[in-house]
Parts: sequence; C-alpha cells; structure tokens
Amino acid sequence: MTTTDIPAPTARPYQPAGTPKRRPKREREGAAWVFLSPWVLGAIVLTLLPMAVSLYLSFTDYDLFNPPRWVGLRNYVQMFTEDPRYWRSVITTLTYVVIAVPLQLALALLVALALKSMKRGRAFYRSAFYAPSLLGASMSIALVWRALFNDGGTVDNLLGTGGWVNKPGWALLAVALLTVWQFGAPMVIFLAGLQQIPAELYEAAAVDGAGRWRQFRSVTVPMLSPVLFFNLVLQTIQAFQVFTPAFAVSAGKGGPADSTLVYTMYLYDRGFVASHMGYASAMAWVLLLVIGAVTAVLFRTSRSWVFYASDADGGVR
Amino acid sequence: MTTVSTSVSRKPVRWGRLALHLGCLAALLIMLYPLAWLLATSLKPADEVIASLNLLPSHLEWSNYKTAFEGVNDVSIWRLLSNSLLIAGGAVLGNVISCSLAAYAFARLRFRMRGPLFAFMIATIMLPHHAVLIPQYIIFNQLGLVNTYWPLILPKFLATEAFFVFLIVQFMRGLPRELEEAARIDGCGPFRSFFQVVLPLTRPALITTAIFTFIWTWNDFFTQLIYLFDPEKFTLTLALRSFVDASSQSAFGPMFAMSVIALLPIVLFFLAFQRFLVEGMASSGLKG
Repeated sequence: MTTTDIPAPTARPYQPAGTPKRRPKREREGAAWVFLSPWVLGAIVLTLLPMAVSLYLSFTDYDLFNPPRWVGLRNYVQMFTEDPRYWRSVITTLTYVVIAVPLQLALALLVALALKSMKRGRAFYRSAFYAPSLLGASMSIALVWRALFNDGGTVDNLLGTGGWVNKPGWALLAVALLTVWQFGAPMVIFLAGLQQIPAELYEAAAVDGAGRWRQFRSVTVPMLSPVLFFNLVLQTIQAFQVFTPAFAVSAGKGGPADSTLVYTMYLYDRGFVASHMGYASAMAWVLLLVIGAVTAVLFRTSRSWVFYASDADGGVR
Repeated sequence: MTTVSTSVSRKPVRWGRLALHLGCLAALLIMLYPLAWLLATSLKPADEVIASLNLLPSHLEWSNYKTAFEGVNDVSIWRLLSNSLLIAGGAVLGNVISCSLAAYAFARLRFRMRGPLFAFMIATIMLPHHAVLIPQYIIFNQLGLVNTYWPLILPKFLATEAFFVFLIVQFMRGLPRELEEAARIDGCGPFRSFFQVVLPLTRPALITTAIFTFIWTWNDFFTQLIYLFDPEKFTLTLALRSFVDASSQSAFGPMFAMSVIALLPIVLFFLAFQRFLVEGMASSGLKG
C-alpha cells in the first residue's frame, strides 16, 4: 500500500487493496442473470421477437406456405375500409366489454360489501362465490351456457323469450352473462381491499355524524378506489380478449348473423381458418394498440378519481 | 381519537343481518344453478334433456357416463385425460421453476436495468396473448413442433406468464431479509440462499402458482385449438369441442357427462386448496 498519488481524501470509506467488498457484488450480478436467464430468453424469443415479426407480417400477405409478400398498408386499408365483418367484430367486442365489465364489477362490489358487513359465514360465501371464476373459463361450463340459453332451455322456459343463442340481439348478452357469472375474482379482491380500510376512519366519520351512505361515499369509495381501478383495468383488458364463451355459445361460428363474432374469433377465423396470417397479424396489432390506448385513457382519468392514501399523508406505500 | 368506541344503531342490525344472509343465499342458489343443472343433465335420459322442465331426472341414466368413457373419435377418455394431465403437469412444473427463479432475481438481487426490466415484466402481464400468437405459431411451425405438446409446455419453462413472476415477487418481498443475511454471513452464495432459505419460505406462493397454472391450463382452449389437430393428441377440452360441432340432442347426456368429468379435477383442487386460491387472488390486487 503506497500513498504516493492519492488525491484529496474523499467521502468514500477506506477500502484495503484487493478488497473483497467489490467481488461479491459482481458475483451477485452474475448470479442474478443466471436466475433471470429463462425469463430473458422467453422475453426475447417468445415476446419481443414475435411482436416485431407480427408487426412485419402485418404489412405482408402470408399464408404459412409461401414466403411473405410485402403489401404495404394493404391489410390495414382493407380492414378499415373494405371489411364489414371486421367492423362488425369491433362493435360486437365493444358492446360486450361495455355490458360485461361494469355489470361484473358492480355485482362484485355489491357482494363484497355485503360479505364485509357479515360476521359469520363470510369465508364460506367468499369461497362459494369465487368458485365460478375457476370453472367459468372451461369448455364444460360454456356448453352448459349454450344449453341453458338455447330454445327450450331454462331461460326460455322461465322468461318465455325463446332461446337467446339463436337471436342476434340476445346471443351476445348470454355470452356477457357468462362473464358476469364469474364476478368472484374481482369480488375477492374488493373484499380484501375493504378489509384493509382502517376502522378508525369509519369511527371518525360516525363521530362527525356521517350516516351509512355518507360513510360509503366519503370513506369506502375513496379508500377502495385503487382496488376498483385495478379491477377495472384488469377486467377490461381481459374482456377485450374474450374467446371461449363466444366460441362455445355460438358453436364455433360466431352466429347468429355474426352477432357473437368477437374480435379474437374473427382473428382466429382470418388467421387459422382462412390462412391470412398477414391480415390476422394486422388485426392483432390493432388490438394491442387499442388495449394500450384504453389502458392509457383509464390511467389518465384515474388521476381524478383514484385516491392513494400514501399521497395524502406522504407515507410510503 | 381512536379510543372513542361508537355504537352505531345496533337495533335494526338483526333484521338487516337476516336479510343479508337470505340475499346471499338466494344469490348463491342462482349462481350454483348451472352447476346443478350440469350434474342433473349428465344423468338424464336422452328424451328428458330438453323436453322435461324438471331439474331432476326421472331416473339416473348412468349409461351417459358409460358412453362418455368410451371417448370421442375412437379415442378413449383415459387417453384424453392423460393428455390433459400431461400438458397441465408440464405447465405447472415449468411455471413453478422458471417464475420462482426470475422472481428471486427481481425481489432480492441487484443487477443493471433492474427497474426497466421489472417494468417490462409488469407490462407483459397486460400484453394481449394474440399479439404474439401468430409469430409464435410460425416459429413452432418452422421447428416442426405444431401438433406436439411442446408449444403448450415449453413457454412455461421460460417464465412467459409474468403474472406468476409478479405474484412470487410480491410474496418474497414480504419475507424477512435477516434470514438471508444470516445465511450470507454463514457463507451462503445467492444460489444456496435461494434453494435453502428463500424457496422453502415461498411455498405458499408456489402452491398458489401451481394450482392456478393447473386450472388455467386445464381450462385453456384457444392454444390447444390452434396447436393440436390429431384426435389422438386431443385433450378433454378439445374433445368436448367436437361435441359442439355434432350437437345432436341424443349426444347431450354423454356430452354433459364428459363435461362433469372434465370439471372434476378443478372442483377437487378447489375444495382442497380454496384458501390458497382465494388468498392468492386477493393478494394479487393489493400491495401493487
């Protein structure tokens, strides 16, 4: 150890030569990449590369057998200006999202509020209401749904409306109800959020003379808004990608009269049935951009109605 | 301020509570009706499936199950079941291994670009599956792996289901660091520390990951529909789908019998692990 050219003393703590202090750090960095390697490989090969490839393919004509042929914006132009079925599927999907998501979340919130004020049996109800969320995505339940809403099915017998699955205006509602039926997952998240609201807030509000409704408006809603926002974003993103229920309820055809031909079903039809992979890629990219835009809009509006307790008291979440 | 104990209107609560329970019970009955209907219909004789308004069958038609067990397209149900199990089992193994590895790096280790990579990982949770579907299909097609189980299992070994990475990261962040620090002082590198200290403590999150992966893979339809077309390789879900195409009413009983069989593993998993599932779902929406 020499002192010949040591500059002015710095704030750095003294480190002896050949210090063991640095090595473990670098070792740990290396170790981190070992742990990350499967994820990194997956992110590159199965996410980033495919995204780039599908962007390229969206400007081509490709049928899986012949090499892709560059067609510029042709697919997009055709989609937006010459393909009524495309617009049909867009409107169908939007209708579905607008019906299913608010209904599902409203029901989830209502049940969560009911269960929160319950002293006994909460765990039982919570599990029982949650069960459909696990079963609902299955083909089995989708088939049951088709039968329940078919001519002569339970709904027809109860309401006398005829089978919904064969009526253009009604079939999509049957699909949406299958989603609403699975309100258990957001409900469980709501309930967990409700249970985290400190009781002192309600007590303070009661002392100040707030009634139940006022407490709900002024305590529950703001305190729960981050969870509500989380559920809203998650369910909206998922709703845009609905496939199995629409497929099963319409027996794989998107009928009647394309009224349940949701976006992903049409994408499947173009790409994997008609072998227009370029066109389907363009559809996938538009879906990606739309979901991204909707999420961004939700995040923007969230500033005005989502309340984060940590912002208010400067605490760390 | 918190010492004030308030007794807000206790009197009407009893009736209110009764109404609450009745309301929940009524809602539950409606919710569970489709399941009851499925079970009843799977035991109905062919002529009662649609024509009869009774939920309960006039007699139990076990032959529906016998027909279901014969399978579809000359493929026995045991074959379909074991195909489904193979895919779900492979997916569970892949997700548990790859997601816990990545989660440990994100939760505990320092490396360059950690922030941006974590943000990217979170963003992929929201990425629609369809944006990458076609090129993935093309890649697997080029590799000659279409109509095999690889496209369904291999991605899980590469931690592509970021939701589970996030779930495990959140869980690991809640573990006390002292244990790992003690292990490090005792000379444990990150690998031993991971396998011997962190991983055993992470078990609840791993179980949640395993069960959700199993159920989601078991239910999955779209990916299987795209990648598998050999009836020998079909899963229960795909076999049920062939019933959709040939939906003559005489096949209704066996179709729903097979639906019951297909739901059975999920129901069993749910009954056995409901606490993990509900807690896992509840925690995913918080803390974030």
